[in-house]
Amino acid sequence: MRIMSQSPSTLFEKVWNAHVVRHIADGPDVLFIDRHFIHEVTSPVAFLGLEQRGLQVMYPQRTFATADHNTPTINQDQPVKDPLSANQLKALENNAHKYGISHWGLNNPKNGIVHVVGPENGITLPGMTIVCGDSHTSTHGAFGAIAFGIGTSEVEMVLSSQCIMQPRAKKMRIKVDGQLGKAVTPKDVILYIISQLTAAGATGYFVEYAGSVFENMSMEGRMTVCNMSIEMGARGGMVAPDETTYNYIKGRDKAPKGEAWDKAMAYWKTLKTDEGARFDKEYHFNAADIEPMITFGTNPGMGIGISQHIPTTQETGAGKASYDKSLNYMGFHEEEAMLGKKVDYVFIGSCTNGRIEDFRAFASIVKGRKKADTVTAWIVPGSHIVEQQIREEGIYDILTEAGFQLRQPGCSACLAMNDDKIPAGKYAVSTSNRNFEGRQGPGARTLLASPLVAAAAAVTGVVTDPRTLL
Amino acid sequence: MSYDKFTILRSTAVPLPIENVDTDQIIPARFLKATERKGFGDNLFRDWRYNGDDSPKQDFVLNNKIYTGKILVGGKNFGCGSSREHAAWAIYDYGFRCVVSSFFADIFRNNCLNVGILPVQVSDAFLDKIFKAIEKDANALLEVSLPAQTITILATGEQEGFDINGYKKDNLTNGYDDIDFLQAIKNDIQQFAGSRPF
Repeated sequence: MRIMSQSPSTLFEKVWNAHVVRHIADGPDVLFIDRHFIHEVTSPVAFLGLEQRGLQVMYPQRTFATADHNTPTINQDQPVKDPLSANQLKALENNAHKYGISHWGLNNPKNGIVHVVGPENGITLPGMTIVCGDSHTSTHGAFGAIAFGIGTSEVEMVLSSQCIMQPRAKKMRIKVDGQLGKAVTPKDVILYIISQLTAAGATGYFVEYAGSVFENMSMEGRMTVCNMSIEMGARGGMVAPDETTYNYIKGRDKAPKGEAWDKAMAYWKTLKTDEGARFDKEYHFNAADIEPMITFGTNPGMGIGISQHIPTTQETGAGKASYDKSLNYMGFHEEEAMLGKKVDYVFIGSCTNGRIEDFRAFASIVKGRKKADTVTAWIVPGSHIVEQQIREEGIYDILTEAGFQLRQPGCSACLAMNDDKIPAGKYAVSTSNRNFEGRQGPGARTLLASPLVAAAAAVTGVVTDPRTLL
Repeated sequence: MSYDKFTILRSTAVPLPIENVDTDQIIPARFLKATERKGFGDNLFRDWRYNGDDSPKQDFVLNNKIYTGKILVGGKNFGCGSSREHAAWAIYDYGFRCVVSSFFADIFRNNCLNVGILPVQVSDAFLDKIFKAIEKDANALLEVSLPAQTITILATGEQEGFDINGYKKDNLTNGYDDIDFLQAIKNDIQQFAGSRPF
């Protein structure tokens, strides 16, 4: 530790302080970055900047490239048809090669969504600082790392100096205690929290998730929760590492081994918030208050329990013009029920819910049922490793028997940069993270939900309470 | 990427009184496929600005010729969502140098500062005054002074201060950026890197 402190510290402070190269008076901290992920969309201009300034990549072994944002999810063995996407993928490959950066391009067995492949290959470790030109970098906080999304200028900073200049965030702790109800998943927990705090409720904060609900959650679940921290404005979210974390990491490809493992463990065990440490803001929720969630509007804070009715403007406290615009876009009205609403598309995948546990959940409802004829379903694993697990565990057979097809890994319909676009006016129940206007294609209407709610919609063709199918 | 120095900006403003304007609206993902920083202004607010057949939507403010200027005034929680710096590039490329709101998302605020756009955060009440002033007179002038850290509605003289840290203020005033700074302390960084376990 560079800065020794006698007073009790939070997990966030411990990790942050261990990475401060220099503090600038009346300015940001110069923060050292342990791991840097890059992808094809937000990195090309950063490399161009390096060239224009005549700079080199300072520590190429600390940066990892994977192609995910605009990649097709079918026929990946064939050349990418969209010339602009192909150009970006080529730029990533060329830049990685030129500067000696590890590159998992299309068809590489390690390829997949950046926030899925980092953890599953043991690149993401507790106590690290991790950045990527993608706001869902917050995912990696599930390991007790400080992980957050950055802009392209900052990608250039990290490439050229392995540092970034950041003001220290305020500290928030969100505790959820108690027993989660039937069919209530980590996705429902985070959608519930965002609905309570609003889409801007944690802006300026770094969040620590604590309490029995997170302690009992799998790493996949913690990743889902931390992933969506940004959707309430937080830079990132963290969960203190514990046995669940160590068991997940142990033996993974790039995880420390032997003596290095023992040394790492000794450090990782210090990574928890001390008794008496102070937060700038604290929230406490009861697990029993959370039911399967679904969103009805155009930001992730506009979520309700699936059995509830769309709130009125007054109930939400939102500005009327913005609220009306949102409901108008969705084709919904105040006080309508969500249950029974027609669903045209179902998307399971993304860095939020594209891991093996999510497909297990999806299959648990689909098993023995058939896909509704009126529904188009896109089933997109987060990585080739997840895809392989789906096949090995027999989930592939369950999906196929029910009339679903498995696609190839990528970000896909989460942001619709490839061909996986929801048509204008159509409704999609999506396990991704954003329901913004046009996010899944121009005019597309997104209902964010868990893999269980997505599965229930996929087999019934309407918004359905998964508790009735389990 | 160099940008124009920022000191005092006196300009009319374009009002966008919508809350939670996310970066997918500022620039939709399908326009992020360039490998150079060029032409993003053409697609600024693409889906609010144009119909599916590329004809302009007459009711959108950027298509209303009475509103012009280098200042964009947005509703609260402006710039939430995706980290895409392309959103800031599009705003800059379109010709804006300053964005005013009563609340900004963190990543967007950083991105603005890194590309030479000044984000000015004002109170809800002052934001409302600005919207009203523009509603009354589309040619209403705002003056944003970085040295004084103030924003003024010139017609009424109403003024409010805004925060910016001294380091970023120096950068914007002088037109230099974090990369210049980080290059200058590379020895410190190298020494620090040697102490990292991973």
